[in-house]
Amino acid sequence: MIDTCVSLIDVEEGIKIIPGADVIITQLDKLINWGRKSSLWPMTFGLACCAIEMMSTGASHYDLDRFGIIFRASPRQADCIIVAGTVTKKMAPVVRKVYDQMPEPKYVIAMGSCACTGNVYRTYSVVQGCDTFLPVDVYIPGCPPRPEALMQGIIKLQEIISKEKMRWTPLR
Amino acid sequence: MDAATIAAELKAEFPDEVIDINKFRGQVGVYLKKNRILDIARYLHDTPQYNLDFLKDLCGVDYIDIKVPRFEVAYNLYSIKHGHMLRLNVQVSENNAELDSVVEVWAGANWHERECYDMYGIVFNNHPDLRRILLPEDWEGYPLRKDYPLAGAEEEWRGFKEVLKKAEEFKQYAWNRKKT
Amino acid sequence: MEQEEDLKTRHMVINMGPQHPSTHGVLRLKLELDGETVVKCTPYVGYLHRGTEKLAESMTYLQVIPLTDRLDYISSMTNNIGYCLAVERLFEIEVPLRAKYIRTLVGELSRISSHLLWLATHALDIGAMTVFLYAFRERERILDLFELLTGARLTVTYPRIGGVKSDVNQEFIDTAYAFAEEFPSRVQEYETLIDVNRIWLKRTVGVGILSAEEAINWGLSGATLRGSGVNYDVRKRFPYDAYDLVEFDVPIGKNGDVYDRYLCRVEELRQSVRIIKQCIEALPRGPIMSPDAPKFTLPAKDKVLGDMESLIHHFMLITKGPMTAPKGQLYVAIEAPKGELGYYIVSDGTGKPYRMRIRSPSFVHVSALPRLCEGRLLADVVANIGTIDVVLGECDR
Repeated sequence: MIDTCVSLIDVEEGIKIIPGADVIITQLDKLINWGRKSSLWPMTFGLACCAIEMMSTGASHYDLDRFGIIFRASPRQADCIIVAGTVTKKMAPVVRKVYDQMPEPKYVIAMGSCACTGNVYRTYSVVQGCDTFLPVDVYIPGCPPRPEALMQGIIKLQEIISKEKMRWTPLR
Repeated sequence: MDAATIAAELKAEFPDEVIDINKFRGQVGVYLKKNRILDIARYLHDTPQYNLDFLKDLCGVDYIDIKVPRFEVAYNLYSIKHGHMLRLNVQVSENNAELDSVVEVWAGANWHERECYDMYGIVFNNHPDLRRILLPEDWEGYPLRKDYPLAGAEEEWRGFKEVLKKAEEFKQYAWNRKKT
Repeated sequence: MEQEEDLKTRHMVINMGPQHPSTHGVLRLKLELDGETVVKCTPYVGYLHRGTEKLAESMTYLQVIPLTDRLDYISSMTNNIGYCLAVERLFEIEVPLRAKYIRTLVGELSRISSHLLWLATHALDIGAMTVFLYAFRERERILDLFELLTGARLTVTYPRIGGVKSDVNQEFIDTAYAFAEEFPSRVQEYETLIDVNRIWLKRTVGVGILSAEEAINWGLSGATLRGSGVNYDVRKRFPYDAYDLVEFDVPIGKNGDVYDRYLCRVEELRQSVRIIKQCIEALPRGPIMSPDAPKFTLPAKDKVLGDMESLIHHFMLITKGPMTAPKGQLYVAIEAPKGELGYYIVSDGTGKPYRMRIRSPSFVHVSALPRLCEGRLLADVVANIGTIDVVLGECDR
């Protein structure tokens, strides 16, 4: 029995609660994005120095699990790839293949200066930024970025995800 | 045993091969011709009083414009038992850039020689598996040669060009692509 | 006859890596299997080849220091020290005693952090997750210490040619000493988890056996060599920094298997703590930069800001590099946590190294991987990769 006189309570923009009835009214977009951003599973794909900081972030002290982030070893189960380290030309086909194996929706975080721009390595074998062949969503500068920086990058990605529209239907 | 003594004895044993003996900061380097390097390696490894059984390092150096012959392969040897060190600097010319492999003496030389081949294009005869090691197998050019540009040759490596092409091609499947 | 042909089995080829959680980076192995036995193992490296050696040839001696950080990024401090020692030997610079002690101190801290990461990942690969979390807890404290000292966690660039960047403060010394006091009990904690753990023993004892002669012949070094019973430690054979002024033992293994190498490294953790304590206790007063080599070492920062000559000198050294470098070539090695890390520098008299070759232990260790894996089970491959303690940044350079 819902008392029609009760007014809806705004929790935040676009989310309303009907008091007493345990009902939440929201857009499908919001619901799906909320689900996606709250259990972002990145792939364990360390390339270089940044991978060590990525491990530190996932380990006991910084504990990424509290963001709902659990590293997956297989691209098939991952939502997000953290390109952590220098991408060399020999490695680029591998990175691209791994990215292509991931199911949609998928996101890319370029972690560290090497992945963003190539860093000091303006040499014959280093790719000058992984955005030359991957659609990067978030760039995290630093050499290597601190775990806090990685966390902020992930939070930025979550913000991006929460603003997406209609990424659940081909009819957009 | 003193490294200088070993160098002198090596010169006495192989008078035609040893070109010069160099001493710098307490380290002794023996400049050698490349022809009998395998014999010399075996001699230094097997003679009990030398017993240079530990190949610390093997690498190439490019002396373009500085001296002839152009290349040099440096072997840093050490004896775990006796604790003495010796370096061999083997001269390799540009138009005949090949010498005998020492893998049968020191198994650890295997990858060092492959790297030397990869970076300088120096061929090691009788090497069990002489392929490029650090760079892709269809890479062109030898990067550590002094005349190779640091940022790479103008012609991009084929494998990377393919990746770029693929990335461009797959852009049409991106979920937020612009509708034309 | 025909039936027999039908029953023929083929070897299966599988590809392990470069994206594989237990290859410690971007190592790729092509494994040919007969059932579960590895018949042939071919490692492929170079997926992290950044061209450091070529890049170093275009930089001045000072500028190369940050590049060495990114070789063995797990213990960048020892890489820096190795490079600085090589250049100091080339320029004949004598480092002041205080700087020597500080270098030894931070080098050993670096060794502990590297061994902790090795223990964490090695145990994780074999299936002991708890050790990973425990080891990272302590590792974080060392990184905090480095941050206090240098401002960076991983890529420290702390040693300089002729000394170290800045002096240690009392807070660092107190924290480091407190850590050294506490750490042995933590090591014991790891040991209670795995030392006599039945799964650990089954996975490590008798796996990856290398005899002493073979290990030498392959050019292995560090704990990987000492596990086979060879007493070779660069810190003892060619003492650098303050290693001839402190007391420590070099643990030697007997059987040369994965378990012995594990024991060696864990014992090295304790020895490192011993060295750290001695360094702190004996830390002398004095300068931290060599005063008698003004042509090669940077002037102190406060002088640069107040004195014109020092400013010009600083400017020239940074932009052009040392003006009068001696001509020659030399090979200088240190005992990095992974093994013997050597720098072979050829100088042509200019401010830039003509050739800088890095002899990295990981490169040599990976080359011996087929010898360790072939004829053994597939599951042992992971244990073998862990035991040789590779880091691919250093392997590929």
